[in-house]
Formats: sequence, C-alpha cells, structure tokens
Amino acid sequence: MTETTTSTAPRTAGSGEPILQLRSVNKSFGPVHVLQDVDFEAHAGEVTALVGDNGAGKSTLVKCIGGTYAIDSGEYLFEGRDVKVHDPRDAAALGIEIVYQDLALCENLDIVGNMFLGRERLSGFKTLDENTMERLAGETLAGLSVRTVKSLRQQVSSLSGGQRQTVAIAKSVLWNSKVVILDEPTAALGVAQTAQVLELVRRLADRGHAVILISHNMRDVLEVSDRIAALYLGRMAAQVKRSDVTQTQIVELITAGRSGDLGLQPGTNGTNGNGHAAEGVNAAGGTGVLDALNAAEANKTDADAAPGESGADEASS
Amino acid sequence: MSSPVTENPTGTGTAAPGEQAAGTGAAGTLLAYGRNRLERARGGELGSAPAVIGLIVLVIFFAIVQNGFLSLYNIANLVTQAAPIIVLAMGLVFVLLLGEIDLSAGTASGVCAALMAVMIVRHNVAWYWSVVAAIVTGAVLGYVIGWLRAKARIPSFVVTLAAFLSFQGIVLMQVGKAGSVSLPDQAAKPIITLEGYNNNLMPLWLGWVMLAVVAGGYALVKLRIAVSKRAAGLESEPTLVTVAKTVLMLILGAVFVYLLGENRAIQQNAFFNNLKIEGIPWVVLLLIVLTVGLTFLLSRTRYGRHVYAVGGNDEASRRAGIRVDRIRISVFVLCSTLAAVAGVVQASQLESVASNFGAGNTLLLAVGAAVIGGTSLFGGRGRIMDAVWGGLVVAVIQNGMGDLIKGANSQAWQWIVTGLVLLLAAGFDATSRRVGRGDAR
Repeated sequence: MTETTTSTAPRTAGSGEPILQLRSVNKSFGPVHVLQDVDFEAHAGEVTALVGDNGAGKSTLVKCIGGTYAIDSGEYLFEGRDVKVHDPRDAAALGIEIVYQDLALCENLDIVGNMFLGRERLSGFKTLDENTMERLAGETLAGLSVRTVKSLRQQVSSLSGGQRQTVAIAKSVLWNSKVVILDEPTAALGVAQTAQVLELVRRLADRGHAVILISHNMRDVLEVSDRIAALYLGRMAAQVKRSDVTQTQIVELITAGRSGDLGLQPGTNGTNGNGHAAEGVNAAGGTGVLDALNAAEANKTDADAAPGESGADEASS
Repeated sequence: MSSPVTENPTGTGTAAPGEQAAGTGAAGTLLAYGRNRLERARGGELGSAPAVIGLIVLVIFFAIVQNGFLSLYNIANLVTQAAPIIVLAMGLVFVLLLGEIDLSAGTASGVCAALMAVMIVRHNVAWYWSVVAAIVTGAVLGYVIGWLRAKARIPSFVVTLAAFLSFQGIVLMQVGKAGSVSLPDQAAKPIITLEGYNNNLMPLWLGWVMLAVVAGGYALVKLRIAVSKRAAGLESEPTLVTVAKTVLMLILGAVFVYLLGENRAIQQNAFFNNLKIEGIPWVVLLLIVLTVGLTFLLSRTRYGRHVYAVGGNDEASRRAGIRVDRIRISVFVLCSTLAAVAGVVQASQLESVASNFGAGNTLLLAVGAAVIGGTSLFGGRGRIMDAVWGGLVVAVIQNGMGDLIKGANSQAWQWIVTGLVLLLAAGFDATSRRVGRGDAR
C-alpha cells in the first residue's frame, strides 16, 4: 500500500459487483437504535450520494464504514469478501479513506507535508525524502487536473477553503484508496469553489474510485451523483440510480422516507416498529426537515437544467 | 486576505507580481525567489528577520552610547553570557512548537546543575559522570512533566508551575546551608568549564577550522539539496542566494574568529601582566553542534515533521496516525534535557551553583529569547535558529544595559527593557499569526 501512490484503481463497470456492500447493518448507542437493517452499496467508478435529514444516521453509517464505530450486527463486504472493520486502520488497510468536513489539515505545514502526514517518505539516513514527496504530490494533483494551487510548498494557512478541500481530497487519493468518503465537502464553500470541488469529485469517480458523497445540498447531489442512497430515521429508505428519480422524489425520500412506491412503505417495513428511535432522532432533526424543504423550493428553478447535465455525466462515466 | 498588489522590492518594473512566466535565467529565478519570500513575509512568516534586524540595531546603538561595548573582551563575554540562555531557549522551542509551555525549565537546570556540583564536590565523582548524571536527570524530569501533561491531562502551565516551585526547593535542599557549592578550579577543566581562562579556550587554528567546516558544510548541504531538487524538476533556492549567504557567513565568521584570536586580556596590574586570553570559548562549538543537530532533527526527520504537525493541529495528526501523546512527552524530555545542558554550561561559567540557580528570571529570558527569535507562543511555528538569534538579542540587552544606566536603578531598567522587548515580540507573534490566518481586519 505504501508503494503505489497515484492510484489508478482498475475501472470496473459501474453496474457490476459493488466494491463496498453493507447488509442489514445495525448499530445502537445504548437504547437508541441509530441504524436499523441498513443496506448500502458503493460501486467503483460511481459517485454514491448519501442523503438524509439531520439525525438520519448518515454520520453513524460513515463512521461504521470507516471503522470508528464497529457495527453491532450485519455484514460488511469489501470486494465481495466478508471483512471485519473495528478500527480506522482496518478501513485504511482496505483502501477506504474519509475526508472529514473539518478537513484535518495542519495549517502550519505546506501542501506536500499535509498530503504525506503520518506516512512520510524517507530516504537514506532516515531523513525525509522531500523531493519524492513533492513530485508524487504534484503528480497526484496534476492527475486530478488541479491547477488552482500555485506552489506545493505553500502553507495550507494561505489556501482558500476550496483549495484546502482539494488538498484534503487529493491526500485521500494519494494512498491508492479504492473508496473515498467525502463528508459535506462543499458545506463551507462559495459558488465557484463548490463547482471546482464537485468537478474533482466527478473526476475521482471517473478515475475508478468509489466515491461516497455526503451532502445536504440537493443541487450538489443532483449534479454529481450516479446513485443516491436516502436514509430516513436510521433506515435505508431507498438506494436508487440518479437517472431513475426526480428531485421531488429525493426530497420526499429524505423528509418522509418514501415517495410513491419508492422507499419505506407503511405497514410492510413498519416505521411504527421503531417508534422510540424515530422519536429520538426526529427531535434532533426537527429543523432539518424544514431546511430540506426550503432547499427544495430554492432549487426548483434549477431542476430543469440539472437532469440534463448530470445525464450527460452519467453517459460519459 | 488578498492584499493589494504592491511594488516588487527587488526592483525592475518589468516583473509585475502575478506574472506567470518564471524566467529561465538567473535573474528570473532570483526575482521569483524574492517574490516568494515577500509573499511569505506578507502571510506572517517573518522567521527570524525581526530578531536579526533588532540585533543589528541594538549592537549599533550600544556601540555608540556605551564605551567598551564592542571591546574584544566584551564580545567574548557576550557570547558566553548568551550561551545558557540560547541552550535553554532551544529546548523551549520544542515545547512552544506544541503550543505548550515549560515554566520549570530554569529550575530544572538548577536541579541538574546542583546534582552535578554536589556529586563532584561532596562525593568526588569524576566530572564526566556527574555531567552524564545531570543530563539523565534532566531527561527523567522531562518525562515526568510530559507524562503528567499528556497522560494525566493536566495543563502544562499548571504542571510546570508546580515543578518550577518544587524544583526550587530541591535545589535549596541539594545546596544546603552553605548557600552555594563551588566547583573546583582545576579538576573539572577543560570540558566542564566551557568558559574561563588559560587552557579552556579553543586553540586559534581550531577556530578557523571550525569556521571552514561550518560555512563549507552549509554551502555543500544547500547546494546538494538544490541540485537534487533541480534534477527532480522542482523549485529550489537560487545558487546565487546560497553563495551570498555562505559568503556573508564566512565574512562575519572570519571577523569573529579573528577578533577572538586577539589577546583580550585587560592588563591592569603587574600580577596579570603576561596573561594571554585568546581564542574562542569552547561553548561556541557546543552551540554550533546543538544548532546543527537539533535543526536537522526538526526539519529533516519524520519526528520533526510530526512535532510541527501536532503543534499545528493535534486532531489532524491523530487521524494521520501520529502518536500525539508520545510526541508531547518527547518535547518535554528534550526541553528538560537541554535545560540540564544549559545548567552545566552556566555552572561551569559561574564555577559554582548557588541555591537560587535557575530561578528568578532565567526561564523568562529563555522564553523571551525563543519568542523574540520568531517562535510562536501559539504553537506550530519556530526553528532552532530562533533561539540563537533571540538569545543573542537578550544577551546584548542585558550586557549593554548593565553599564548604560549607572547607579541603583541599573538592574531595574535592565529588567524593564527586557520585559518590554518580550512583550513587543509576543505582540508581533500574535499579529503575524492573525495576518497569516487572514483575519487581521
């Protein structure tokens, strides 16, 4: 893992075997049943958007994937093999990298230093091999068509939010990762920077990584994703292809857990059955529902343009 | 954050900032280099520049107002005065890099020096074993402090304040009723007594060899890095800059070696008439070795990188798999170990260890030296050279002020001025930090 750096993970057909698959995963914290029989899959070469209201269990699911939390029950399949992930290091060893919302960069180090943090290259006499690191960092950024940074020796403190996000994402790619999880990568960015980062997300998938994108922003999700997984109160409401759903359906899945015949049907899957958990998370996510609805309203004007764009993306991927 | 486009100070109006093509010629790379440095300075990365400028201003000032400041005798004196401050400050740089503080470094040096003195004087242990014991003791004290900070999670301010007080008590106990332990005049020389007369100065030829090795080594290392960078197709420091720096170092070094090679004995009475004091104090060699070694540790090794990383963002470091607690303990170990070295140096200069050794303003001067040199109190920024430049500034102020104002208030003014300079440096630090983060508005 340490030898290969600029990862060119083999392209597999997007619709084939999922690289990462969770089957009926459960996770509780004391009495709170946060994840209930959640199924989830991510495919290489695709962007899978993980959406859901506040408290729906997105972060918990991601932390289970990343090994921060161990799952209580259920199956965790990676490349078709049953694996146990109890520690972030287990996930990293499999090739799963998480880019956190708060980025986890050291502002006082330069770009190269950050990209190789904790995994520095050494040359003879145990000294840092700065040249190799700088070259590899440069190649990785160039491979992702990142041209916004002037010098790799710039301190991260001098970078803009979008550039920092870019560095954080590029860092995750440097390690031959197969699955890259992005937690709200555009949350704090302006319009132009958001576009840049989304482009980068798309490129990651095109290069063969399985990308899992967590986002609150409907516009981002619609623009960049191939599949959408909607969590609702700790259950997987639906995991669908982007091309099969409309924005309204997604918003309904997020806010109500179902949309027409999609999603959790009352009675069959029994949203009543998890009443306790539902109340618990609902209280936390009360305002989030309104946010999502508002976002939906705001984005309605874009709804016409968006499918065309992402449709083209899909065709190319 | 984007500051208005200003004129490039390197001259020639042809190179407007933002111009893309970095010329392939020497002038082009020089311009690009200068622009890069300027941009860094604007971003708050001033490094030791303020300290160096301050040092030059202070030296000129004292040379004018105070007779004898630049006398041969006083120059040598300055260096030996600065040495313990610099060594102590080097240790503090590590602690400050993590955004921690070690208030006990001064009294820790007292404990170690007293231990050494007591072993030599009262137990007749060979001086070298005593020095080793002092340094090992420093490491152990540092480990305990670091453990209390990193594992028991007590803020370093409190841990080291407690240590500061108790160490003072330990020194009192070690030294005993006499009030001080005098080191034997001859037994410990020449290594312990890094400063002194007669046989504990470097031979003249060794001074020149040292200069050649340092300047040559500096140029070689820099050029080798530049060549390998260019071979890898990366940006590097222009050769001209390296050469200029080396030449400057050679000139200043040659002046220093030459001056200290002159006889600086103050022949005031017949008894000292044929006394010759010439050569560089051995402590200079110690300073050079420590500077080179610790700079290497901080800037070229994985450990050093991790120290900076933890100082910059400990959560990010933890996620990157760095063992943050170990790094945190290690800097306290380094700090106290270097404090022990500083104690040995100071004790050998004073040729005794008094019961208030390392107390008083020892620690403050060292912290001041590090901060004046450009090390941030907020963590994440600092270099070993900061301790050297800052230590020299502090020593010059102390030395120069000592005789500037005669009478009872001399000491008072010395303290007040040192305090103000420290405040100024800390203010600089805080401001440049805000500028660097882009929220100086």
